[in-house]
Amino acid sequence: MFTKVGCVIRGRPLVRRLFDIEKNIKFNIGSNIKSPVPAYARLLGSSTSQHSITATATAVNTPTKQDPETWPLYLDAQATTPLDPRVLDAMMPYLTHQYGNPHSRTHSYGWESERAMETARQQVADLIGADKKEIIFTSGATESNNISVKGVARFYKAKKRHVITTQTEHKCVLDSCRTLENEGWEVTYLPVQTSGIVSLADLEAAIRPDTALVSVMMVNNEIGVIQPIREIGEICRARKVFLHTDAAQAVGKIPVNVRDLNVDLMSISGHKIYGPKGVGCLYVRRRPRVRVEALMSGGGQERGMRSGTVPTPLVVGLGAACEIAQREMTYDHARITKLSNRLVDSIMSRASHIIHNGDPDHSYPGCINLSFAYVEGESLLMALKDVALSSGSACTSASLEPSYVLRAIGAEEDLAHSSIRFGIGRFTTEAEVEYTADKCVEHVKRLREMSPLWEMVQEGIDLKSIQWSQH
Amino acid sequence: MALGRNQILSLYKSLLRESHKFSSYNYREYAIRRVRDGFRAGRDLANEAEQEQRLQIAQESLEMIKRQVVIGLLYKSPALIIEK
Repeated sequence: MFTKVGCVIRGRPLVRRLFDIEKNIKFNIGSNIKSPVPAYARLLGSSTSQHSITATATAVNTPTKQDPETWPLYLDAQATTPLDPRVLDAMMPYLTHQYGNPHSRTHSYGWESERAMETARQQVADLIGADKKEIIFTSGATESNNISVKGVARFYKAKKRHVITTQTEHKCVLDSCRTLENEGWEVTYLPVQTSGIVSLADLEAAIRPDTALVSVMMVNNEIGVIQPIREIGEICRARKVFLHTDAAQAVGKIPVNVRDLNVDLMSISGHKIYGPKGVGCLYVRRRPRVRVEALMSGGGQERGMRSGTVPTPLVVGLGAACEIAQREMTYDHARITKLSNRLVDSIMSRASHIIHNGDPDHSYPGCINLSFAYVEGESLLMALKDVALSSGSACTSASLEPSYVLRAIGAEEDLAHSSIRFGIGRFTTEAEVEYTADKCVEHVKRLREMSPLWEMVQEGIDLKSIQWSQH
Repeated sequence: MALGRNQILSLYKSLLRESHKFSSYNYREYAIRRVRDGFRAGRDLANEAEQEQRLQIAQESLEMIKRQVVIGLLYKSPALIIEK
């Protein structure tokens, strides 16, 4: 595929090579590259279209002795997503030669960097239907959630004492609420129905005159349910309460417009939409104005709400990811829905006693959470070692407890332990989905063969009626 | 600058050829699929300006794919289980 084309000047090969010589990769950079070094440029002459530069460089091979020879398939799109090549392409200049600080006002390094940052800001704003003055860049959705919950609460603490959230929120929101409780706030953790969706009647009943904020995530990262944010927004607007939504899993995947949804604060994460890790943003409404007390003290960047140098390459990546997501949303959604239906049908038609957690009508199709009865979740994950999956969210996977989200939707303890989350993304192929479904069914059947509980169920014994004796 | 039919075809073929060079399975499959679907959808478009815009995007994508193929070759990861 790659032919080594040496540089030929007047019939004689150019002996010197421009880069370190090692075996491995020889590639053709392109026929229009002029050498940046003047001496070589003279040698190469003025016409460059006939000559190609051969460069040999040592490729970095990532596997080490511990790594497997073959890499597993990636079906964990809710944990993170790969960088889209277009995003990396947009970021590269700012990782190499355009390294200025966007807050430097006195030279062109700074001006270029600032221009890129403002372009990215506009791209993010266009995706969510906001104005670019309402976008604050942060280090990720966790920081955005922290600023929303703690920042809003602390600013309005003179008159307000109450915050409402749900039991299925992300850990960072729940933990921020716990911190507020230590500061003297009251927090209501609304329960969810078995479909995963919060009841609007419960929410109405819970709002008090001293409620400062309601925080409900748009798309749940473990079961994929989409909350009725528009209706919740109407309720909150009528009662003059701020609505914050963690839209990290929703932005770029389903249409989100902050005007329609009546949302006052929204968190966005870069690495969930094929952008870089370490960047996110917070939408803060200006009309009616939402005031936030800053958590990071410093030079007053980002309208005083988040001090610190804005990382230009990362925000450029985030902006590019948002623009690409807006363009590709319909195409991706149609494809992911098709693949998702295929995966679920393929698994559920070939094995029994499987529960699809979450509301079937109000779910994002790319997040599928299945509970396999009479199979232990960890052992199924270990058996499916060729596919990268997870049972529950990445931030809780280190602990032994079953997922609190599944517990909140009323899944029984044993079913909560046996659940696997499949994440389908833009780059997932049909072959990967088929392979995953086949392997999953195969291992579920194998593990059930070994299970004595399964034997008893096959014989028709009702497991709930058994009196287990204590030893 | 309106592109003639032959130029559009050659752009399409170049895009497919460059997309095949990706070393990462997921990127490669996505690029090939997206190029095919994009040109198929664009073929039926009646709006001239829309077609122009998409062809412009396609042109820029060609250069981008060449660059990203190079980066992918520099930082390779081992083959996925499904490629074996």
